[in-house]
Amino acid sequence: MQQRWRFLLAILAAGLAAGPAAHAQQTLEALSHDDRQWPMAPKDYANTRFSGLEQINTSNVGRLQLAWTFSVGRNRGQEAAPLVVDGILYVVGPYPNKVFALDAATGELKWRYEPRPNPSAQGVACCDVVNRGLAYDNGRIFLNTLDNHSVALDAGSGKELWHTKLGEISRGETITMAPLVVKGKVLVGNSGGEMGVRGWLTALDEETGKIAWRAYTTGPDKDVLIGDGFRPFYGKLKGKDLGVKTWPADHWKIGGGTVWGWISYDPALDLIYYGTANAGPWNADQRPGDNLWTTAIFARKPEDGSARWAVQLNPHDLYDYDEINENVLVELPIGGESRKVLIHPGRNGYMYVIDRASGEILSADAYDTVTSSKGVDLKTGAIIPNAEKETRVGKTVKDICPAAPGAKDWQPTAWSPRTGLLYVPHQHICMNWKSEEVGYIAGTPYVGAEVDMYAGPGGHAGEFMAWDPVKRVKAWAIEEQFPVWSGALVTGGDVAFYGTLDRWFKAVDARSGDVLWKFHSGSGLIGQPTTFVGGDGRQYVAIMAGVGGWPGALANSELDPRVRNGALGFTGAVQALPAYTVGGSELLVFALPQKAEQSNAGPQ
Amino acid sequence: MPGRSNRAAFAFAAFAAIAGPACGHAAEDMNADVLRVCADPNNLPFSNQAKQGFENRLADMMAAELGRGEVSYTWWAQRRGFIRNTLKAGDCDVVIGVPAKLEMVATTRAYYRSSYVFVTRADRHIDMASLADPRLKSLRIGVHLIGDDGANTPPATILGHEGIVDNVVGYTIYGDYREPNPPARLIQAVVDGDIDIAAAWGPLAGYFAGRSPVPLTVRLITDRADQPAYALQFDVAMGVRKQDKALRAQLDRAIARRQADIEALLKSYGVPLLPPLDGGSESAQGRR
Repeated sequence: MQQRWRFLLAILAAGLAAGPAAHAQQTLEALSHDDRQWPMAPKDYANTRFSGLEQINTSNVGRLQLAWTFSVGRNRGQEAAPLVVDGILYVVGPYPNKVFALDAATGELKWRYEPRPNPSAQGVACCDVVNRGLAYDNGRIFLNTLDNHSVALDAGSGKELWHTKLGEISRGETITMAPLVVKGKVLVGNSGGEMGVRGWLTALDEETGKIAWRAYTTGPDKDVLIGDGFRPFYGKLKGKDLGVKTWPADHWKIGGGTVWGWISYDPALDLIYYGTANAGPWNADQRPGDNLWTTAIFARKPEDGSARWAVQLNPHDLYDYDEINENVLVELPIGGESRKVLIHPGRNGYMYVIDRASGEILSADAYDTVTSSKGVDLKTGAIIPNAEKETRVGKTVKDICPAAPGAKDWQPTAWSPRTGLLYVPHQHICMNWKSEEVGYIAGTPYVGAEVDMYAGPGGHAGEFMAWDPVKRVKAWAIEEQFPVWSGALVTGGDVAFYGTLDRWFKAVDARSGDVLWKFHSGSGLIGQPTTFVGGDGRQYVAIMAGVGGWPGALANSELDPRVRNGALGFTGAVQALPAYTVGGSELLVFALPQKAEQSNAGPQ
Repeated sequence: MPGRSNRAAFAFAAFAAIAGPACGHAAEDMNADVLRVCADPNNLPFSNQAKQGFENRLADMMAAELGRGEVSYTWWAQRRGFIRNTLKAGDCDVVIGVPAKLEMVATTRAYYRSSYVFVTRADRHIDMASLADPRLKSLRIGVHLIGDDGANTPPATILGHEGIVDNVVGYTIYGDYREPNPPARLIQAVVDGDIDIAAAWGPLAGYFAGRSPVPLTVRLITDRADQPAYALQFDVAMGVRKQDKALRAQLDRAIARRQADIEALLKSYGVPLLPPLDGGSESAQGRR
């Protein structure tokens, strides 16, 4: 009975909400809490990727069917999250970053936008020409192109409203991240740490595209937007111009620390949170010092970008452990009280729980095999290095876990307030490091590190698992042959979704981890699943299919799988991949069969 | 997007994009009348789109030896992904200059050997041939940076190992691609007095030193590596796909026939030459 009522309500609500202007006055925050919508890649400011929708639930997900599909026309890594606002679905492809608006229920194409980015951007992007998604606010769609432009489009027509150039591909910069809109500002960060880029986060005025502020990751306090209001929790991070002083002379100018991951926002504290990437392009030997503010988490005010606190997770990083991963904002019972925290699944293999008002690390537990460090020192906030696994020129170091992509890379987790579990798609790989590989770039021969990656203990290279941040243990885990490079989604129907490189889109019971349904898609999955209600009142689940990204370069770029250290070492961990998939470009949209859905509304 | 088509879109990249992804090219077509070369359009003295580099001239020479009527180019900036997006994508069949032991490809016999060198202004009278020279502690030293994880140019690596870091200035090898020959910025910094001394790969340094408005001194760095990571001298060969054995054999024979002409060509570009250590392509493959 209850089920039927919910179903009818959904139809009514969807009917009322029709029309693109319906939400002109509604705040983005309110829109993000409306489960018919998916207005930003992480669903909401807290980055939960949780939708309360329950038409599709554990009892009927086994009957999920393909409703419609659409090709974005370019067979490269498809990492973008499909957005839905008021029954219209918006999706962006990898370079050349075409944007499409479609009827979320029928798949009818409403408009398209073709930005024609500079083709040489492709030669600059390190690890496939991906785009992680669009953003929506106030009747506008916001897009980042690989060649460093932010673009605003009219959501109703696809007409371009403004575009602003933010960086230089000729200097190695690209943009791959999904923007986030906070209080009328579009927040965008750069990629390209391997190329000698200096990382930044930039805020643009949503109305005009004018740059409001830019916060650099390295350099003097005035560039990093560190001022009087900056109160880091840890003493080591207090001091003037640490973004200069923790580097040899001038090395910070090309020091990396790009911002290519996720941003979250707490409206109550009025703080945004994001992580910065690894240091570059200097070898570790040439950048003695902590190299601030690389591999750090920042809290800033959205109005002016001023920093409130920061914590560096991997001082003087040796292993390419970017900390650009998402920060999921939740309230947890800790030590008998309810604490406002952020959960950060670190590249370095630790699940951080951090007080998001102060920046104090409350706990940090290994969630995968970790040999590169011996834990996290909660007194200083820094990782405790393992001298045995220190990489040095001329030295061979075996069994470094996690490998360079970390225990988890960009692929975002999902949080269910119903189960209190974080759903974590991640890799399980280790590496051997040996400095004797001859390389050459721009006519310059050199001998660099040969990084050979392989599946970690147990022989599986990936895992989809549920983490209990209060008990600080894994609740359950599903082993996968390949790194799980797709995002996660969890719903009010207690179903969690994720995709695999070997083409399976899976629905699992969020409480038990039992696989309830799976679908063999046309290409490997590295996209972000989303869910929403179409104009017809039905719940849909969508994901882009198309292998690529760092691990998928093997399958879509014809690297030789016999070469274990192709694609910067990742080939070894995914050597069998071409036997399962080639590139793809398909948006897949699933729903329950109409009849089954209605019959299910009866007694269970 | 209005107003954006006139931005500095590099012709090379547009060309590469039109060429598109691999669409089942035969690994090699021995009957083709064209030698298909993968090259950087903006990297003298090696190659450029105006075909002024010594690798462009070598490509012409090889085409003639192989009885191919012409040379066609797939232009792509030589950075991470160059081999993957050109040679391995099947868009072209040979890279004219690669280190003789490059694992990603099959390499021909080496056709020259060169060294990293020091470049200084002649009027400074800094005559230096070793990275162990104590004067380096007080000079401002320029090096090229690559920045792939764990990889950098040997002088940068060695100086880091010696603890010489504060007076080292990094120039990314990628530079600013809007300017001609971005890696040349390191040599220009010596001319301009921004740095006292540059440690650079010989062919690049020799060529630009020869064209400098002020006299520059180029000295071979003579340190011998005690381990592979510190190697300063490299053999250079041509690279083809691993399965293209017939093409490699043809190129090997052509190189052997024209070795004297190749040497004369390289000298005319100011390339500092050492005798190749490794003449045979087969032995070069047997490293592991």
